[in-house]
Amino acid sequence: MVSTSFTPIASLAGGVLIGVAAVLLMWATGRIAGVSGIAARLFPPYEDGEFAGRFAFVAGLVAAPVLVRLVTGSLPAQTIEAGTTVLIVGGLLTGFGSVWGSGCTSGHGVCGLSRLSVRSLVATITFMAAGMATVFLMRHWS
Amino acid sequence: MAILVQFAIGLIFGLGLMVSGMSNPAKVLNFLDIGGIPAGTWDASLAFVMAGAVAVTFIGFSRVLKLARPFFAERFYLPTRSDIDPRIVAGPAIFGVGWGLAGFCPGPALTALGFGSASAFIFVAAMCAGMVLVRFVAHWPSLTRFVTPADPLET
Repeated sequence: MVSTSFTPIASLAGGVLIGVAAVLLMWATGRIAGVSGIAARLFPPYEDGEFAGRFAFVAGLVAAPVLVRLVTGSLPAQTIEAGTTVLIVGGLLTGFGSVWGSGCTSGHGVCGLSRLSVRSLVATITFMAAGMATVFLMRHWS
Repeated sequence: MAILVQFAIGLIFGLGLMVSGMSNPAKVLNFLDIGGIPAGTWDASLAFVMAGAVAVTFIGFSRVLKLARPFFAERFYLPTRSDIDPRIVAGPAIFGVGWGLAGFCPGPALTALGFGSASAFIFVAAMCAGMVLVRFVAHWPSLTRFVTPADPLET
């Protein structure tokens, strides 16, 4: 494992930016900023005519590091330790589980909790616990 | 115009993921690693991401939802369900395992594509396959006895 330093100020500031984006999306489109829901609806069957807006939102997510690299000439640290097999299994479970459970960290963990949704509270506690249990088994079970 | 605004909102969201450290799977995994508390390797930063984001949305949503309608839409689309069905536990449990394996949740995984690593591309490809699989399963007629057929993608 790679050790990382405790960054409360930067993390709080980043969290505020994420919150601002979620509020702006609600103001603009009237919809929850849930990334799993937005990403999943880029695939058929299409239920409404909002494809272009969702695609633009995802394009913005992907463009953020590109813009940062253009402006500052560098990118923040990113260490991906998982090998190909773990990435594929992790990706499948993340995609399936987040959509099956109607949301991920953003939809349930941020938007849902701030709306005091009981379903989102149950979901957030569950994915946090499952994530912690998985990391515990991977790192400390030997 | 609405499209450009949504691109800009995605950009702000992505910048938030980068500034906060969520775009670094190592940091996410160190946050989830409560077994690392005794050794001092636990990274509590991500609790601050959630605190900042929830505080802003808590105040912001209550203001925005007082408006008659969104700027670019007819009405607000808010989830209304409050029942606890098996899916609201099983889905997040499956997602949590995937999150703990690689350290990516959907937002940071998409932003990681812009970092240009092959690993992020592999993860996102698998993630999209998982998402498509749900849509396939949820629309499978014989399964509607077990899952709620109404809006399977409600947040």
